[in-house]
Amino acid sequence: MTAVTPSRLMARDLLRVGLAGLRVRRTRVALASLGIAIGIATMVAVVGISSSSQADLLRRLDELGTNMLTVKAGQTLQGEDAKLPEQSVAMVSRIESVYAVAATGDLEASVYRTDRIPADRTGGISVRAATLGLLETVQGRVRTGSWFTTASASFPTVVLGDLASRRLGVTAPGAQVWLGGRWFTVLGVLDPVPLAPGIDRAALVGWEGARDLLSFDGHPTMLYERSTPEYVEAVRSVLPRTVNPEYPEEVTVSRPSDALAARAATAGAFTNLLLGLGAVALLVGGVGVANTMVVSVLERRREIGLRRALGATRGHIRAQFLAESLLLSGLGGVAGLALGTLVTIGYAVSNGFPTLVPLWAIGGGLGAVVVIGSVAGLYPAVRAARLSPTVALGTA
Amino acid sequence: MTPIVRLENVVKTYDGGVAALRGVDLDIFPGELLAIVGPSGSGKSTLLHMMGVLDRPTSGRVIIAGHDIGRLPDRELSGLRASLLGFVFQQFHLAAGVSALDNVADGMLYSGVPLSERRRRAALALERVGLGERLTHRPHELSGGEQQRVAVARAVVREPAILYADEPTGNLDSASGAEVLGVLRTLHADGTTIAIITHEHEVAAAAGRQVSVRDGRIVSDVRSPL
Repeated sequence: MTAVTPSRLMARDLLRVGLAGLRVRRTRVALASLGIAIGIATMVAVVGISSSSQADLLRRLDELGTNMLTVKAGQTLQGEDAKLPEQSVAMVSRIESVYAVAATGDLEASVYRTDRIPADRTGGISVRAATLGLLETVQGRVRTGSWFTTASASFPTVVLGDLASRRLGVTAPGAQVWLGGRWFTVLGVLDPVPLAPGIDRAALVGWEGARDLLSFDGHPTMLYERSTPEYVEAVRSVLPRTVNPEYPEEVTVSRPSDALAARAATAGAFTNLLLGLGAVALLVGGVGVANTMVVSVLERRREIGLRRALGATRGHIRAQFLAESLLLSGLGGVAGLALGTLVTIGYAVSNGFPTLVPLWAIGGGLGAVVVIGSVAGLYPAVRAARLSPTVALGTA
Repeated sequence: MTPIVRLENVVKTYDGGVAALRGVDLDIFPGELLAIVGPSGSGKSTLLHMMGVLDRPTSGRVIIAGHDIGRLPDRELSGLRASLLGFVFQQFHLAAGVSALDNVADGMLYSGVPLSERRRRAALALERVGLGERLTHRPHELSGGEQQRVAVARAVVREPAILYADEPTGNLDSASGAEVLGVLRTLHADGTTIAIITHEHEVAAAAGRQVSVRDGRIVSDVRSPL
């Protein structure tokens, strides 16, 4: 009796057979995998774009630091605007872990482009006295010109916030503006200050200058302080009593970086709606793959019969069609990953964000593709394998 | 001598009650060139399915090289086909867009032989059917007779114990048909056992043994000296 060696199909050959099956029907393969590609691209782009903008916010947060607290004078129990004591800056700087403290004080005065502008057209610009340390404490940057020095702080000079400079139409140092009934020289213009947006809308005058020229009473309206990051909470709890020992309940302490951090958290919670759309596209793509495979099995009955005659087992036929289905959806998946990543890169670059496509999104995308390929291919593959060789050969 | 194929009282009835084979006994011995002849509907295709273990009999026994196929599961039947049987069909069944060499190499796809070795043997098989110069040609670049010779090469590449040819000249003009028959006779002269299923008497006349089938029974079995 001759020994029978069982049929074998090597993994490499399975791959070759699967690829050969796709190569013959290129248009259909391209269209079927397009559905998968669109789904994967949508999901990857949604996750990528939200991760990139989150990364951008977190990076900015890192640069700005989360250790700044602001203290606002708030209101008295009678509902009037409260003022902080003159010594509050000095008192806060005595708290152990505080390394920088600065203040602004609101002034009654308004600022205009020229002396011919009606008094009520203030453009929403506030005039504030600022201590020398303000720029460093809020980590602001001078765009043009310079910040106050001890000398210039007592002269009629002004530094404009970003928005204030644009509203006034004054963007270069050296210009004159009409402030509090006299001419002030613009010393510099600031970049936007993300952690202290109020400064963007302000025209800042030196603390001493404000006292001498604008009858400022020296009471701060707002304090800015930075402490060692570990002690922020401790500092926060002692601030009200330190700033205003008589009426600690009047002051409001806040941490401006909290708002940014909250935005970062929302940016990370990517839009579920868009993600759902991607999932639907992926599902439709999977149906397309299943349909293509069913048609393929119907068309290739003779090929199946021949393979059975050549010694393929039912399992080999099943594996062949599953491999084709997996390759088909895999093709779409890889194209979709590439497309989604490109879209993310495009969006991130045009917005100046760092590009970030999380690995879990790529892994999840590929995993989804494998699942879809298997599920879509299972039924056609089982049908192909069940086909009797004689029926398949068309000779019965 | 042990027969390669032995059928014992084989009956095949299809669903719906059509009796295709009504009790067939047949032995095929190594080295034979045998023609199975009969009009269409006589049951000769069903006979091929039985001998080629492409289907199971309703009753009776089919024994291939000593293996009773009635008791074998699909995996082992497939193994039997892969290692012992070769098939040539009327419609060639070549893969479009694939070279003659790779079409023939696929004849051993399920034998666990690596691709390079399959190609080496495929080249030899194509040489044997006289297509040594056509290795890289694809099916549409070959004549009908050449395509059927590629199919023959695919069937013999793994040196089967028996080669079944089902109407091998049915789709060919007489010149190409003669060409293919010539190849089959050369293979037979080299020792290959061949069974040709045909309804053409010229083809049957070329064989050393003619088995006539009619209404699901063997009505004559004649050995003629060539």
